[in-house]
Amino acid sequence: MVNLVAREADRLGGRHPEQLVAMLERMLLIRAFDSCLPDLYTQNLVRGSTHAAIGQEAVAVGACFALQPDDYITSTHRGHGHAIAKGADPRRMMAELLGRVDGYCRGKGGSMHIADFSKGMLGANGIVGGGFGVAAGAALSASLLKTDRIALCFFGDGAINEGSFLEVSNLAAIWRLPIILLCENNQFAMSARPERMTSPPNLVDRALGLGIPGECIDGMDVLAVYDAVWRGAQQARSGNGPSLIVANCYRLLGHFSGDTLRYRSKEEVEPWLDRDPVALFSAQLIEAKVVSDEEAVTMTRAVERHIAEALEFAKTSATPDPSQAWEDVYA
Amino acid sequence: MPERVMTYSAALNEAIREEMRRDPTVFVMGEDIAIWGDAGGVFGVTNGLMTEFGPDRVRDTPISEEGFTALAVGAAMTGLRPVVELMYFDFITLAMDPVVNQAAKMRYMCGGQVKVPMVLRSNIGPSGGKAAQHSQSLESLMVHIPGLKVAVPSTAHDAKGLLKMAIRDDNPVIFLEHKLLYFTKGEVPEGDYTIPFGEAIVRRAGQHVTVVATQVMVDRALQVAERLVAEGIELEVIDLRTLVPLDIDTVVQSVQRTNRLLVCHEAVERGGWAGEIAMQVQDRAFDYLDAPIARVCGANVPVPYSETLEKVVIPGEEDVLRAVRALLCGTHFDRSREGGAQPCREQIRT
Repeated sequence: MVNLVAREADRLGGRHPEQLVAMLERMLLIRAFDSCLPDLYTQNLVRGSTHAAIGQEAVAVGACFALQPDDYITSTHRGHGHAIAKGADPRRMMAELLGRVDGYCRGKGGSMHIADFSKGMLGANGIVGGGFGVAAGAALSASLLKTDRIALCFFGDGAINEGSFLEVSNLAAIWRLPIILLCENNQFAMSARPERMTSPPNLVDRALGLGIPGECIDGMDVLAVYDAVWRGAQQARSGNGPSLIVANCYRLLGHFSGDTLRYRSKEEVEPWLDRDPVALFSAQLIEAKVVSDEEAVTMTRAVERHIAEALEFAKTSATPDPSQAWEDVYA
Repeated sequence: MPERVMTYSAALNEAIREEMRRDPTVFVMGEDIAIWGDAGGVFGVTNGLMTEFGPDRVRDTPISEEGFTALAVGAAMTGLRPVVELMYFDFITLAMDPVVNQAAKMRYMCGGQVKVPMVLRSNIGPSGGKAAQHSQSLESLMVHIPGLKVAVPSTAHDAKGLLKMAIRDDNPVIFLEHKLLYFTKGEVPEGDYTIPFGEAIVRRAGQHVTVVATQVMVDRALQVAERLVAEGIELEVIDLRTLVPLDIDTVVQSVQRTNRLLVCHEAVERGGWAGEIAMQVQDRAFDYLDAPIARVCGANVPVPYSETLEKVVIPGEEDVLRAVRALLCGTHFDRSREGGAQPCREQIRT
């Protein structure tokens, strides 16, 4: 993989233009995918809960582009972006949301359980903090099987207060497991803000208690995420164990489709909207003439078409045969 | 060839050792399993493994049940075969999420994309004053969760064969040993053999009452059977060996001959697996039953410390004997009626 870590003052200097365009495309794809969700509910196509990651695209894409294709990730209940960033097929993801047989989980998982093991995507997880152990276990596998893989665990500012965070981080630290703990601080655990729920107030200070490197970064800036994860990956791959990265971002929509958002004001959201990670990166690439205005528009239209096709694919996929309810309980 | 006799604990050790030699992806982890005692954990099951296999594959963990159990799930999903030890199965409460929400459901949730070949070993049952948080028999909690298999070996021979089977199984297996059995001895064949899951064994044939049991309750039932021979009463004692999968066929076939069924476990009665056996048998063999199905189980109270009190709540030979007599007389055995509404002593034991 091309090393995109900035070595110069110019943030785009030395980075591969094709890679930058690919990153923007992937961010647009995530935005388009999660933007469909309200319509899917209106049309009665999805059931249960889905959680949009609009506003958090830079974290998913920056992180996954800094990994190798066979590295592992674990995701959260807000996982569509992570899956797409790691290379999952939006058609099969959409089919899963619709509960169809061509879905990643053959319609048994839905939004909160999308996994693509062929891409090292070990699954979204309906349990807050459920991914820590899976990711660290994958890192342990990589270590014992002497592969060069590493694992990256996406988790939220809510999960940092789960007991599993301490237990697994400690295990990863004492065993120097090749893992990156990437906290997406989207400022809300459902309705709860970290400043009200977490001590110390600066989440990355938890790294001090664990005796591992910690870094707090701007999670709205895809290149900042890329650089931090690249450094974490270098550390993990060279046998120096885990690191904690806290990416500050903002959940631009509610916790779930249908959240009334009574717990925050529009005024609060405004400044974050100005820092919309997709718009920010698009403007950055246009300014640096990596893409033209027209190309940016074309790209947006192309991903929207891609998602529309994914939805068509999903709609034409069959519903599962009832007998499948009894399959896959045991191997 | 002379019989080779060894303890249940040594048989378990041999099973792990042979599987680790056979398959480099098998590794063990748990609290104090590598250095404590004779370097083999609290009950000696991992004795000497550190010396042979080294610290990569024999991993002493911090006291972090949720953490290391969760790691095992991830490791199993990505190419390893973890054999995890929980020092006491009472501590499963600390590791319920990785077992119940992750390991058991991962394959199903992902539509069959992944296997989770892990073994979670631990011990159940009271063993002389370990009190309420180190004596429980919580196997029924695991039986309730689709996606898990549950093994409960009662002899050294079965301990080895079932553990080797568990390690080779592609599913999460909850492997529950019994504290009172670790130092019991039995014949254990040398070398490789496995015992398939879902195959109960008839420990003693008889025609009057079928007694279904596991682990120490098997032995108690066999003792009672010997005592009843002089009276011309023959018990058929079935050791289930695994609770999931459950060999209900062997039980049903036996009940079709004896027409009476008693189910015994040390676990508390309410919600215990005895009720499940009774339901399945009445579904399939109702017309064969000459008496209501009876059960002899732990009282619906936590396990107390005092020896006097512990004896009251844990079923012993006398309880089995009285239950058998009641079945044959067509009367109810009171212990099995204990409902909890009136917490009087008589209801716990009559």
